[in-house]
Amino acid sequence: MTDTRPPHGGTPTPTDGAPLISLTDLRLTLGRGAGAVDLVRGVSLDVPQGTTVAVVGESGSGKSLTALSMMGLLPPGVTVGGGDIVFDGTPVARLTEREWQPLRGRQLGMIFQDPLSALNPCIRVGDQIAEMFRLRAGLGRREARDRAVESMVEVGIPDAERRARSYPHEFSGGMRQRVMIAMALSLQPRLLIADEPTTALDVTVQAQIMRLLIARKQARGLTMILISHDLGVVSRSADSVVVMYAGRVVESGPSREVLTRPAHPYTVGLMRSVPDRRRPGAALEAIPGQPPDPRTVPSGCAFHPRCPMARDRCRTEVPALRPVGPARASACHFADEVVGGGANLPETNDASEVSGHV
Amino acid sequence: MSESTPVLRVKDLHVDYRLTGGLFSRGRRVRAVAGVDLVVPAGSTVGIVGESGCGKSTLARTIVGLLPPASGQVLLGDVDLATASRATRRRLRPDVQMVFQDPYASLNPWMTVRDLISEPWQIHPGIVPRERWDAEVDRLLELVGLRSSQRGLRPHQFSGGQRQRICIARSLAVRPKVIVCDEAVSALDVSIRAQILNLLRDVQAETGVSYVFVSHDLGVVRHIADSVAVMYLGRFVEQGRTDEVFGAPAHPYTQALLSAAPAVDDWRHDRPEEIVLGGEVPSPLAPPSGCRFRTRCFKARDSCAQIEPELTDWAAGHQVACHFAEADARYGIVG
Amino acid sequence: MTVNPASPAQAPERATADPGTPAGPGTPTPEANSAVPAPARRRMPPRAWVALGFLALVVLGAAVGPLLLPYSATETDLPNRLLPPGARLSDGGVALLGTDQLGRDLLAQILAGSRVSVIVGLATVLIGGFAGLVLGLLAGYFGGWIDTLISRLGDAQLAFPSVLLAILIAGVLGPSLTNIIIALAVTRWVIFARVVRASALTVQGLEYVESARVVGAGHVRILVRYILPSCWAPLLVAGTAQIGLAMVAEASLSFLGLGVPVTQASWGATISDGRDYLSSAWWISTLPGVALALVVVVVGLVSDAYRDHTDPRAAL
Repeated sequence: MTDTRPPHGGTPTPTDGAPLISLTDLRLTLGRGAGAVDLVRGVSLDVPQGTTVAVVGESGSGKSLTALSMMGLLPPGVTVGGGDIVFDGTPVARLTEREWQPLRGRQLGMIFQDPLSALNPCIRVGDQIAEMFRLRAGLGRREARDRAVESMVEVGIPDAERRARSYPHEFSGGMRQRVMIAMALSLQPRLLIADEPTTALDVTVQAQIMRLLIARKQARGLTMILISHDLGVVSRSADSVVVMYAGRVVESGPSREVLTRPAHPYTVGLMRSVPDRRRPGAALEAIPGQPPDPRTVPSGCAFHPRCPMARDRCRTEVPALRPVGPARASACHFADEVVGGGANLPETNDASEVSGHV
Repeated sequence: MSESTPVLRVKDLHVDYRLTGGLFSRGRRVRAVAGVDLVVPAGSTVGIVGESGCGKSTLARTIVGLLPPASGQVLLGDVDLATASRATRRRLRPDVQMVFQDPYASLNPWMTVRDLISEPWQIHPGIVPRERWDAEVDRLLELVGLRSSQRGLRPHQFSGGQRQRICIARSLAVRPKVIVCDEAVSALDVSIRAQILNLLRDVQAETGVSYVFVSHDLGVVRHIADSVAVMYLGRFVEQGRTDEVFGAPAHPYTQALLSAAPAVDDWRHDRPEEIVLGGEVPSPLAPPSGCRFRTRCFKARDSCAQIEPELTDWAAGHQVACHFAEADARYGIVG
Repeated sequence: MTVNPASPAQAPERATADPGTPAGPGTPTPEANSAVPAPARRRMPPRAWVALGFLALVVLGAAVGPLLLPYSATETDLPNRLLPPGARLSDGGVALLGTDQLGRDLLAQILAGSRVSVIVGLATVLIGGFAGLVLGLLAGYFGGWIDTLISRLGDAQLAFPSVLLAILIAGVLGPSLTNIIIALAVTRWVIFARVVRASALTVQGLEYVESARVVGAGHVRILVRYILPSCWAPLLVAGTAQIGLAMVAEASLSFLGLGVPVTQASWGATISDGRDYLSSAWWISTLPGVALALVVVVVGLVSDAYRDHTDPRAAL
């Protein structure tokens, strides 16, 4: 899979060329007035044209909300509390539903984790895809139908002519996700947002879907935002990665560098929580405690109660996201220590040893 | 691997699922588990991996007695749970416990933690005398990393990871010999998952309980299991010591699974080209003739459609069911 | 995108905050498992409180009203017949709501009738609800032929208009308060059984019921401690709604002369009595009718508020 990755991935830093979409200090707020809670607390990120940026985090980190805000699909009660979203030079954060409509599908496409709930159960799959062409691209019934079947073939659905007449529940999970991809890509959007696209799928099907996504992305020159909790998926398919914790970005940079030499203790903890293939059976270095409730985010660095490196400064002073190397940023007061010090992942130098060992 | 006597053995187990029929049709039977043998040694962990629909959950639920076997045996010591009398089954029930996947659905929302943990003692008097219930609840809570002051709370006041701790405490309350974990950490966040995996390890070290660990996550099974069985369409296709099976997989399906599982540090390995299987798991209503995997197999030949391969010894502590088995360490994930 | 609008706006997670627990490492923290944490539990809207207050007044009036009023609901007083509301009686008193064709005081009749309505409404729902609860639990939990038997019986009964069935039963048993309650309870159990069966079916597939089986719990324990608690809320919602309907059904039976004996006042009977005087003395039929409509609407309001309040997501 490494062959699909450009040698130098784009990075979510403002220094790069014109980004296709960029968030500036975005705040997403639940409720109003005194009871309002910030669920996303100031996220800035740029997605350069043609790259794949992965947003990684656990439940409640705000990664999915951030993705939904870029489609104007915030759940009821959640509003943009501050900051801005600029898509291709146009601020979109405060558009009305009517103003969003022409952007969705044509400019931005989205794939959800659970394709079954995102498809209309009562409409044949082919008709659902054809509807996109009919309503949005103004094609005639017959032509839309042909294009629908065509796009089903494109995403690798066998026997597409016949399968177009099936209902969503007659499809397996992997096939439904292919239908979602076909729909999301039908109007040739420029940005594809994939929210946990393979989480609900089996390992072997997951591989098929990721491969398909990357192939389609390259064929169309798409820009992609991949929301995921799975560092493995991210490492295989993303150019750069943004790690979120408690509604903030804690680290960003080219995925290969972030995942080999993380610059934030949370990223280090996440990676150590995944069973290490080189030390089977050894105790995992789990991150103690659990992610904070958005209503009671800890003072200073939100991660400090769970951080092995926490000091007094971390309890009082909110760390800013600052550059820690070429195209990299970390929101840790002691980022240099994390990268340079003993917090590195174990044995980054053992590639030869590993292959000789098995 | 433990040399001790097995606490649980599964012999040639078949389990059927009945599909409810319509008005004019009789319900059809689907064979979800089609002839499976499994040995669970005392104090060890047996992993079962496979994709959804392969029958691994059905197998797990049959072992704990939630589903009746169609044929074959589930032997606890020397007693076959399927044919034993009601009284015997009731007496042996506590020996095999289960931790479920969804911590939000597997605890009775109306009961307090104390009630949840002590309920098994009400059902099976004699395990813990009533006057020691509180002390024992506290001990179990401490064992799973919760505080005794939390025993009056109800499940909704806990997070997912904490609920899974309560589930583990409840299953430990009856002093089981085997705990079946059915995707027990799959619903948890990465950092919480690691906590629970460590807890399971510590509990095993402390109590000597055995685990049957059912999961789709190869990395997790690799981490926790001493031996592993790879399941496909109701049958085991490869079985053996974890380091053997995952280090030098010999069945094409295991190779594909391992090659497809993404890992954080992929680029550090000289990985061969990823095997991407075509198609999806066929319906268990109509499994393919011969080898069940042949429709997706990159090695399939004509003979695979005729003769179903048996699980045969491949290496010491390693069995494979493939006519063209060939160990390939390149796909292994053991260093 | 023709995505289902429900999908991005996932339902708020079940985690609810417990402000009473102390903070600190390892304490129960509500887990923001989805993008949006659960909103605070809703309070009952004011109109529900107004409705509840009115209902309390009706019950109070039914209980003590007839004792306080100087006039009897059944005693005839021909010189003072057909007096409009507010008219002065020959003895100097005031008939607040007027009198009927036999000179009986309408306010006294309505208060006495409310007693019958409240008793019938509550008793029907209690008896029918209990029967429905037991049968619904059995059907939902055991399934198989028990379920088939109970469900088909219910279907067959529902296919038959319930008022007709009640008329049939009341006709056979003869007019009495007890018989009306029996007749109505027989027609109502199906609704309760269906509600209970549905929630029993849902709960019974959940993992926590299986966990009870795995520790060896018997049917009785599972039914009482695992299934039953989840059935209360929907049963109560259905119950409150049915109270109003049972009152209407009682009035219908009494209107047809199949209800309480003529010696007892009932809204339905009073409405029926006033039929011939609609053009000359509209108040005889209208006032008990208004009382009935008011009570039924108010019961509906309370029922709705209660249903909104016991959000099923908050219950689990």
